[in-house]
Amino acid sequence: MLTLPGALRAAIIAHARADHPDEACGLIAGPEGTDQPQRYIPMTNAARSPTFHEYDPAEQLKVWNEMERRGEEPVVIYHSHTATEAYPSRTDIALAGEPGAHYVIVSTRDPEQAEFRSFRIVDGTVTEEEVRTAGDDPPGDDLAGDDLAGDDPAGDDPAGDDGVAVPEE
Amino acid sequence: MAIEVRIPTILRNYTGGAKSVEGSGSTLASLIADVDSRHSGLAERLVDDGGLRRFVNVYLNDEDVRFLGGLEAPVKDGDTVTVLPAVAGGQS
Repeated sequence: MLTLPGALRAAIIAHARADHPDEACGLIAGPEGTDQPQRYIPMTNAARSPTFHEYDPAEQLKVWNEMERRGEEPVVIYHSHTATEAYPSRTDIALAGEPGAHYVIVSTRDPEQAEFRSFRIVDGTVTEEEVRTAGDDPPGDDLAGDDLAGDDPAGDDPAGDDGVAVPEE
Repeated sequence: MAIEVRIPTILRNYTGGAKSVEGSGSTLASLIADVDSRHSGLAERLVDDGGLRRFVNVYLNDEDVRFLGGLEAPVKDGDTVTVLPAVAGGQS
């Protein structure tokens, strides 16, 4: 499961809308080992394409060096699809190089309603996961948001119905 | 002669989990071959028939080696080489 602050979810969707019809891309860093997405880092899509995204290599190094200095790792890696569903494509799967990250995909194909879904992509295997925004939990229930993706066996949320067709922020 | 080679998470299975390894060589190509001799399989993840793999970023002292001669980039003792898989994808 991915737990993230509502403000960061909104920021990702806003970025995707702003870059549409090009794909938007970026990440959210968090302290190593905590699975807590905290620091929102939008990236330039060096490909500037409606069907492809790629971080500028020089920018990527700066960001990765800074995360190293701050004891962070990429917790969320996000990008948008501008004409297709919010699901990892073959290329997304083939190029997923951060096995510990939550891969968030936003679809901006519908101008009224953004789709926001999250996945783990490990060794070519895609597992969709629930997305929970901070504030969804009643008091006393999973406050730390520490129900890590590993606790949810693949297949528990086959419909991926949490996060599909969310209202526009 | 020691050159530090920083290894990304996804390639640390080749280095027993190590975040960086040391190697030697006068060019990036010879450095990669040297590191591969102790961490077999690593070279194949970095290099293909056409040279450095398309979606693997390699930096020499924070500069993209694509601008320094690629595999022929000269390296020396005290240099740091960083490898990062490109973050990229498409709609198909």
